[in-house]
Amino acid sequence: MTQPWTDIKNTDLAIVMGGNAAEAHPCGFKWLVEAKAHRGAKLIVVDPRYTRTAAVSDYYAPIRQGTDIAFLLGVIRYCIANDKIQWEYAKNYTNISYLVKDGFSYKDGLFTGYDEMKRDYDRSSWDYQLGADGFVQSDMTLQHPRTVWQLLKDHVEQYTPELVERICGTPKDKYLHICEMIAATSAPDKAMTSMYALGWTQHSKGAQNIRTMAMLQLLLGNIGIAGGGMNALRGHSNIQGLTDLGLMSNLIPGYLSIPTEKEKAIGDYLATRQFKPLRADQTSYWRNYDKFFVSFQKSMWGDHATKDNDWGYDYLPKLDVPAYDILRMMEMMNEGKVNGYFCQGFNPILSIPNRAKTTAALSKLKYLVTMDPLDTETSNFWRNFGIYNDVKSADIKTQVFQLPTTCFAEEEGSLANSGRWLQWHWAGGSAPGDCKHDTWIMAQIFLRVKKLYQAEGGAYPDPIVNLTWNYADAEEPTPEELAKEVNGYALADQFDAKDPTKLVAGKGKLLVNFSQLKNDGSTSSGCWIYSGQWNENGNNMARRDNADPGNMGTFLNWTFAWPVNRRVLYNAASCDMQGKPWDPSRKLIEWNGSKWVGNDVPDIAPDAQPGKVQPFILNQEGTARLFTRALLRDGPFPVHYEPFESPVKNVINPAIRGNPVARIFQADVASFGDASEFPYAATSYRLTEHFHYWTKHNRVNSVLQPEFFVEISHELAAEKSIQNNGWVRVWSKRGEVKAKAYVTKRIQPLICDGKAVHVVGIPLHWGFMGAAVKGWGPNSLTPVVGDANSDTPEFKAFLVNIEPTTPPAVS
Amino acid sequence: MFMPNVPVGQPVPGFSEKDLIKRSASSVPEPARRLTEVAKLIDISKCIGCKACQSACIEWNDTHPEMESFQGTYMNPHDLTPNMFTLMRFNEWTNPETDKLEWLIRKDGCMHCSDPGCLKACPAPGAIVQYSNGIVDFVHDNCIGCGYCVKGCPFNIPRISQTDHKAYKCTLCSDRVAVGQGPACAKACPTHAISFGTKDEMKAEAADRVKDLNSRGYKNAGLYDPPGVGGTHVMYVLQHADKPHIYNDLPDDPKISSLVQAWKGAGKFAGLALIGFAAVASAAHAVFAGQNKVTKHDEEEGEALTGKDA
Amino acid sequence: MVQPGDAITPGTKGTPATVKRYGPLARLNHWVVAFSLIALALSGLALYSPYLYFLTGIFGGGQTTRWLHPWIGVLLFVSFYVFFAQLWRANLFNRDDLTWAMRFKDVVAGNEERLPEMGKYNAGQKFVFWGMSALILALIGTGVLIWQEYFAVYTAIETQRWAALLHAAAAIAIILIWITHVYASIWIQGTMRAMTRGNVTAGWAYRHHRKWLKQLAGLRRKTAPQANAVEHTKAAKHLGL
Ligand SMILES: Nc1nc2c(c(=O)[nH]1)N[C@H]1C(S)=C(S)[C@@H](COP(=O)(O)OP(=O)(O)OC[C@H]3O[C@@H](n4cnc5c(=O)[nH]c(N)nc54)[C@H](O)[C@@H]3O)O[C@H]1N2
Ligand SMILES: Nc1nc2c(c(=O)[nH]1)N[C@H]1C(S)=C(S)[C@@H](COP(=O)(O)OP(=O)(O)OC[C@H]3O[C@@H](n4cnc5c(=O)[nH]c(N)nc54)[C@H](O)[C@@H]3O)O[C@H]1N2
Ligand code: HEM
Ligand code: HEM
Ligand code: SF4
Ligand code: SF4
Ligand code: SF4
Ligand code: SF4
Ligand code: SF4
Ligand SMILES: [Mo]
Repeated sequence: MTQPWTDIKNTDLAIVMGGNAAEAHPCGFKWLVEAKAHRGAKLIVVDPRYTRTAAVSDYYAPIRQGTDIAFLLGVIRYCIANDKIQWEYAKNYTNISYLVKDGFSYKDGLFTGYDEMKRDYDRSSWDYQLGADGFVQSDMTLQHPRTVWQLLKDHVEQYTPELVERICGTPKDKYLHICEMIAATSAPDKAMTSMYALGWTQHSKGAQNIRTMAMLQLLLGNIGIAGGGMNALRGHSNIQGLTDLGLMSNLIPGYLSIPTEKEKAIGDYLATRQFKPLRADQTSYWRNYDKFFVSFQKSMWGDHATKDNDWGYDYLPKLDVPAYDILRMMEMMNEGKVNGYFCQGFNPILSIPNRAKTTAALSKLKYLVTMDPLDTETSNFWRNFGIYNDVKSADIKTQVFQLPTTCFAEEEGSLANSGRWLQWHWAGGSAPGDCKHDTWIMAQIFLRVKKLYQAEGGAYPDPIVNLTWNYADAEEPTPEELAKEVNGYALADQFDAKDPTKLVAGKGKLLVNFSQLKNDGSTSSGCWIYSGQWNENGNNMARRDNADPGNMGTFLNWTFAWPVNRRVLYNAASCDMQGKPWDPSRKLIEWNGSKWVGNDVPDIAPDAQPGKVQPFILNQEGTARLFTRALLRDGPFPVHYEPFESPVKNVINPAIRGNPVARIFQADVASFGDASEFPYAATSYRLTEHFHYWTKHNRVNSVLQPEFFVEISHELAAEKSIQNNGWVRVWSKRGEVKAKAYVTKRIQPLICDGKAVHVVGIPLHWGFMGAAVKGWGPNSLTPVVGDANSDTPEFKAFLVNIEPTTPPAVS
Repeated sequence: MFMPNVPVGQPVPGFSEKDLIKRSASSVPEPARRLTEVAKLIDISKCIGCKACQSACIEWNDTHPEMESFQGTYMNPHDLTPNMFTLMRFNEWTNPETDKLEWLIRKDGCMHCSDPGCLKACPAPGAIVQYSNGIVDFVHDNCIGCGYCVKGCPFNIPRISQTDHKAYKCTLCSDRVAVGQGPACAKACPTHAISFGTKDEMKAEAADRVKDLNSRGYKNAGLYDPPGVGGTHVMYVLQHADKPHIYNDLPDDPKISSLVQAWKGAGKFAGLALIGFAAVASAAHAVFAGQNKVTKHDEEEGEALTGKDA
Repeated sequence: MVQPGDAITPGTKGTPATVKRYGPLARLNHWVVAFSLIALALSGLALYSPYLYFLTGIFGGGQTTRWLHPWIGVLLFVSFYVFFAQLWRANLFNRDDLTWAMRFKDVVAGNEERLPEMGKYNAGQKFVFWGMSALILALIGTGVLIWQEYFAVYTAIETQRWAALLHAAAAIAIILIWITHVYASIWIQGTMRAMTRGNVTAGWAYRHHRKWLKQLAGLRRKTAPQANAVEHTKAAKHLGL
């Protein structure tokens, strides 16, 4: 989220599209309820299903899954056509006026540089025209045909309301009503907030879904302002923390990246990451990349990371492929290239696509280690549970080690919420039986591996044996020690940058925040963006002062928000070019003539002059990108592509199946179905009563939603003679499930390109372990297709068939 | 200002036996003090049907509802039960005026009527009590499991346990309210669809909500505080207050059934009076008419008929 | 109407003649019925009015009273209808009953001589008989509907409300009838022994059920001295009684 949850109360209009905020984020949703109750805010919901969010909305419209880009590009077109643009904002704070290279173009669904064999683009032409000074060329009159504005206008021209209706199935009158509501927030003193999650991400063009809305928000001037923003409602209570801390195969903490194998030396690595400003006077914050990186290396390897060994650059693994995401891991496992696997708090049998493939892959392992408080399906994937897990146990040789862990409620630590608040929590109880904290288990494994390396040497023991491990009890680092390590220490006395006589952190002391980080090895920090979480003032994450002096929902003394306790990202964009708030009644910060002050920590240097230094300091332009250059693999502008498995043809580019650069493995191609055999558009989602696959172990949750079901419309039910609460069989090219049918008015057939598309909704919470009634989830059916940029599986749009059936025999 | 889920002030903590204003099948003296009436306000327009209230209720009251099965609706369990004091009921309603679907989700449970039909019907002294703050509570030690409260309740709320044969329903968390806490369900509600406070505060909040709903085109929005049962201490904000029945059969104009009135009303005294009258009349008859005795003549005739046998 | 087992036992010296009215099984049956109804009345009334709630004490508390009452109701129902099967024919109304009823003043005053001669049962008894038969049906019917433990789930609450109301009303009615019945058996001297010893004196029979006595006497003459029940029945049928 660019905002904190609490800021949602400041909005005038919320659009929940690509998510189901009320059901998946009920507690955060309260702030929207608050905005409705006390600001008169309106809520729009755009979802294939009438959800519980829609139940409290002001306006609902259906959409066929996987068509949001067409919808939103159409809204952009509407705003352009009706001159509903926050012009001062768009002109100054976005790249709308920049000139794009002449080589760049778009035709028939493809941008310049496509290579069909590689399923990838040569993206070299997707960039700005730079002047001799290295700065970007622009035309503030926007008349130049190569301006982003002109290209954008051309690009969206196609997406008329008629076309949107044809693609999305959203009735035109409803669509136009929504356009009108959205467009009204282009007024400088109106804010719209976009709340989304998996309905946008779990598509082969997930990143572009989000970008399209981001572009719209920029044109409306809704980023950086109170009540505005792009709000990714994050998943697991600490999934935000997971990405922040770099728990991805291609990241290290603080959104620094793992080097690729081409980047042999530290110089190669830093050169492509320390972006130079593209405009005069602009701050480009990533110029500090080396400080963050070196401090990270120091926290990892301490004295073993020295200038002479390039701060231990060689200790880092180097990527040969863009990422070892879960889909790739399963593919490799299935090919027999992986023989051991650790599942820590992860239940892939139920959570990743194409369960048959997952089962086959795990069956090829030598060993599987599960670390989990519960007896999960994954731990039991080799056991036969009749139709619910019909495996031949005797043929599976995988040895499974189950290590019982504590769960979040039994441990102390911090959780990062979607609004980037690091909230410290305390153990609510002690763990039963032999359960151990994850930290204890990992410490044990590490210490044993280290011992092996020490004893036996090995190819390259250095990164392991040199790893810093100076915890009071080496067997079990405490959350407090880890939190401080992440915050970072002064390894030598640190002085104020502007006043070298002023000591800010003496040697051995905790750093105040990341502004002290150095590239000379005199500071350490495990995750630069978290620096400040626990400094000499104490544990800032444990702060619980709910005072909110400006009544802007910033609550600066409540926990700690990264970065540097800032609540609203890009908040400098909440002010006009003179540094005055667009809406004086919703003041986040303002320029008082000499510095930025206000209710939030300014997202700009305190003395950076408004109009000169533009607010988007993490971009080297200082402006936000309507045209995203080469940063996304599938295009600098979003394009409507159909899901890989789609009930209808791509009406604008019939030759293209799916996103042309979506990640697919050759081995999976045979497992894709088409509409002739599987005519119904399925989607999968969660229900508010359950959390994934583990609350079914809890009786109370299970009582509230005991059994697997699928949702279909009355029309489809009638066509197929399916009764409400009767049993159905649902199958795809990859497998089948049995479920009770919930025949509901909340799903309606969508008329797309003249024909009715029936949606089949499949909630995901059931399996063969736990207290609830046994069942399946959608992943017996889903395809293995990854988003072009994030590799997120296309869980939200796939094809199935359905028929009435008999109940499964009770087992 | 954002109102906390549970009032910071303590509306009426520390009430007890001495605050009873009604007691089933018995009478209580007028209490020395009158507590401020409390109320729980359920704002259906804010409710997202998440069932946090249901789970909080289960947890707080330590009940153990059965594991059931899917029922063809999001509602679960299938009904209120002795182990489920509150239940989200879902209705997919197409508004005939706008032709738009509305998913009406109502938190069902005891309304804590000012004139509680359950209490009226209950034959066991002290099995149902009402405190002067409006809370209607079941006292299980006194309950005999007859199920009369079920018949007396205009909202079909009480449920009789098959295990211990006692009646169960929402207590309005009287045990929490007594120590200055709000109900568990209100505390758990993520959207503040449930609020709790004095009845006056809740009415004021409702008025505020109704204004907001009116501005959103719900011209018949209103507060459900049905006068037929003297008002309730659980109230709803309804988008369509002119037709409560669309909210899963919320009664339009609930009152204690006239059958129950007849059963529990004057008829009772008439019955006892008749019995008394019959007994007295019999005795009087015996006194005035004397016993109907067999006469000498009868005896002789009888003997004659049964005659010295052949 | 004469019933199987009804017979005259001629008097001997010192012992007056008696007329047999009920065999031991019939009497046992009657007392089971009587006991059930009393128990039901007490347990029912305990719930009927707060003033009588103390009566639950007799049964061991409210919970027991609650579950016991309907089961006794079942006992009453079954035992009564076994009794009913034995007696119903004798309780069919006839022309004389109308006359009897029309002269109710004389009934109350005990002016038996102004009443028509009665068969085994007079109209009052028949009224009690049919009244109880009907009310017991009503009570079991309504009682089952309000029997929370087993049957409440099968009916709508509105139905149960009707049932509760009617059950209470029927209960009052049957109690009134019962009072009448008991009073009558006390008021009419010599009645009680019919249900205790099983017979009545010839005089009692002559006074209150002369027709019945005459029939029995007539039968006696037509049959052998050791007339047995079977023959009586045959004969009664033959006579068209
Ligand atoms: N109760 C509960 N809450 C949770 C979780 C849980 O398991 N249970 N999980 C957590 C996690 S890890 C996550 S990631 C989040 C996810 O949070 P959400 O993304 O909000 O949840 P989902 O239910 O996956 O899907 C959201 C909605 O997207 C809709 N949808 C599907 N396809 C499309 C599309 O193409 N376009 C549009 N506009 N809508 C579409 C679906 O109908 C569904 O209503 O929830 C978190 N919160
Ligand atoms: N078809 C379809 N599939 C989906 C999705 C979808 O929308 N549709 N959503 C996807 C998304 S967004 C997500 S996030 C995944 C979720 O998929 P998973 O993460 O695999 O699912 P969870 O059930 O949340 O698994 C978490 C496990 O962590 C354990 N756990 C809890 N606390 C601790 C702890 O402290 N330590 C350890 N070691 N374990 C702990 C729990 O017991 C549980 O078994 O599912 C994905 N799969
Ligand atoms: C303490 C209570 C009761 C007493 C003292 C009592 C006494 C008697 C007596 C003395 C008779 C014989 C009368 C006769 O043969 O003319 C009789 C008959 C009878 N009693 Fe009872 N009774 C009692 C309760 C009941 C009850 C509760 C019922 C039924 C619910 C009942 C049903 C009958 C019937 C059906 C007859 C036969 C009369 C007929 O068929 O008309 N009695 N009772
Ligand atoms: C014939 C079968 C009968 C059945 C199945 C039956 C059943 C019931 C039931 C279920 C109740 C509710 C209380 C409880 O559960 O214990 C009840 C109440 C009552 N019953 Fe019965 N009963 C029967 C016969 C009778 C009879 C014969 C009488 C009267 C002599 C009677 C008098 C009452 C009374 C007075 C009440 C209380 C009614 C009230 O509170 O308004 N019942 N009965
Ligand atoms: S994780 Fe828990 S507290 Fe957070 S939104 Fe979900 S239900 Fe609410
Ligand atoms: S907790 Fe609140 S929002 Fe959730 S179902 Fe209950 S009343 Fe509705
Ligand atoms: S079941 Fe209901 S009416 Fe009967 S005693 Fe208990 S509370 Fe009273
Ligand atoms: S709703 Fe029913 S149970 Fe609750 S107080 Fe009113 S009558 Fe009694
Ligand atoms: S007030 Fe208490 S008892 Fe009543 S529904 Fe809420 S949590 Fe349950
Ligand atoms: Mo997630």
